[in-house]
Amino acid sequence: MAREAAFYEFLLRMGDNTLILGHRVSEWCGHAPVLEEDIALANTALDLIGQTQMWLGLAAEVQGAGKTADDLAFLRDAWDFRNLLLVEMPNGDFGQTLMRQFLFDAWHVLQLRALTASSDARVAAIAAKSVKEATYHLERSAETVVGLGDGTAESHARMQAALDYLYPYVGEMFLSDAVDAALVEAGIAPDPASLRADYDDTLARVLGEATLTLPEARRARGGGRDGKMHTEHLGHLLTTMQWMQRAYPGATW
Amino acid sequence: MYAQMVKSTGTGLKSADEMSAEERAFQARIDAGEKIEPKDWMPEGYRKTLIRQIGQHAHSEIVGQLPEGNWITRAPTLERKAILLAKVQDEAGHGLYLYCAAETLGVSRDEMTEMLLDGRMKYSSIFNYPTLTWADMGAVGWLVDGAAIMNQVPLQRTSFGPYSRAMIRVCKEESFHQRQGFDIMMKMAQGTPQQKAMAQDALNRFWYPALMMFGPSDKDSVHSAQSMAWKIKMNTNDELRQKFVDQTVPQAEYLGLTVPDENLTWNEEKGGYDFSEPDWEEFFEVIKGNGPCNTDRLAARNKAWDDGAWVREGMMAHAEKKRARKMAAE
Repeated sequence: MAREAAFYEFLLRMGDNTLILGHRVSEWCGHAPVLEEDIALANTALDLIGQTQMWLGLAAEVQGAGKTADDLAFLRDAWDFRNLLLVEMPNGDFGQTLMRQFLFDAWHVLQLRALTASSDARVAAIAAKSVKEATYHLERSAETVVGLGDGTAESHARMQAALDYLYPYVGEMFLSDAVDAALVEAGIAPDPASLRADYDDTLARVLGEATLTLPEARRARGGGRDGKMHTEHLGHLLTTMQWMQRAYPGATW
Repeated sequence: MYAQMVKSTGTGLKSADEMSAEERAFQARIDAGEKIEPKDWMPEGYRKTLIRQIGQHAHSEIVGQLPEGNWITRAPTLERKAILLAKVQDEAGHGLYLYCAAETLGVSRDEMTEMLLDGRMKYSSIFNYPTLTWADMGAVGWLVDGAAIMNQVPLQRTSFGPYSRAMIRVCKEESFHQRQGFDIMMKMAQGTPQQKAMAQDALNRFWYPALMMFGPSDKDSVHSAQSMAWKIKMNTNDELRQKFVDQTVPQAEYLGLTVPDENLTWNEEKGGYDFSEPDWEEFFEVIKGNGPCNTDRLAARNKAWDDGAWVREGMMAHAEKKRARKMAAE
């Protein structure tokens, strides 16, 4: 695969993850279980949208078609999105939202840490800025997973259900394809599979403390990061997110 | 400010002769510009009125997340989405420090929340109006935050220390909120005909509700005198409303938008605009719970609270387990 094309795909993968998850988290605004969580969720969403601006900004630059980060966010169709399926999954209850966040953060931190050593200086710079935020997100989501897993019988059951529901989407983070091969070759990004052992360690530690049981490994559900088969949820999310740009084409806001 | 029609508990303003020695000393401290701190002696009426006022303000910040949250997921650009998220996050933060200020008066945040949820405590009438287009995010920032600042700036000098300090922090952030609102309006007023129409429509819908934010006319404002003597309220409702109109009309002209008031005229003699009163009957209906969004807003807050019960209980149970394990280990 040509290096530039692979690089563009990679930037979409990074930017679409933060865009779609940032959007999902922002859906909580004003509806969290306690005021501190409203603040924390808004803060997480804000960080993720900020990271999106950097990743998709660079993607637009690399694409070289005169587009902006906003064009990429608001004017692509569902099959053009390259985010992990995990991040487009619905919020569900607060437990499901925080479990999704934890499963993502645990990967995101490892990925960003590796990217700080990227051969591409722009990628390394975005990663260096983002990793601080992601580390904080992970601290908070892990703490919440532990608190609710090891809380009441009800909170435990809800967290276990969330884990069972979301775990099949974890495997996609570690799948490799031609894009990854080209990136590894160019020293831009790590081989996804190389992050798995550390990821599993984090999960074992946090879920152990949370008294939750990792479900039996099932076939990884993929199709998001290569855009081959998203879930039905993504289209609805985009319908909301892209509505203004599509209803009033060419307007500036 | 987001407090309207806060009832003071006194039976009217007392003269110095009618006051007890403690009350006289208290009033003298206020008159001398001293700050009252939570552990100081204070009249029961002062304490209760402040709880109502600060609580109402805090609740307004919390309920105020809803009309703006309504547009976060539809924000038209990444930058606008980020700015709106930051703004709503600030508002939740304002709620937090205001609840903390009220807690120093001997009422817990949970108690105040319960009173909001069952309707015993109020929040600003403005948040019972819907946000229907993106221009409403502009109008809310420009007009609603603009009106709030008008009230909050003088409250930085209010007599109760924790409230005054909370207001100082709040004011720093509110001016950014108003600017971002005006900026949205400017983009839209200079945009396509559709955008301009949306901007005008937002001004039409938010103008009178914004004027209502200052509360009823002074002649009908029965609780003002005591609150002003206590420096809980720094200006009368009509003074602030006039100031708001005088500041906002030139801004609307600059935007090329029309204030929806045929009677709006510059009055050279008073050095301010003459303008139409809002429909006070509508205001009292909204306060009573009959505004366009009262039911939905309270239902949303109740749902968030009820759905979150298992989370709060789970977190408490975990903290308790951790404490017990730590004790056992020691």
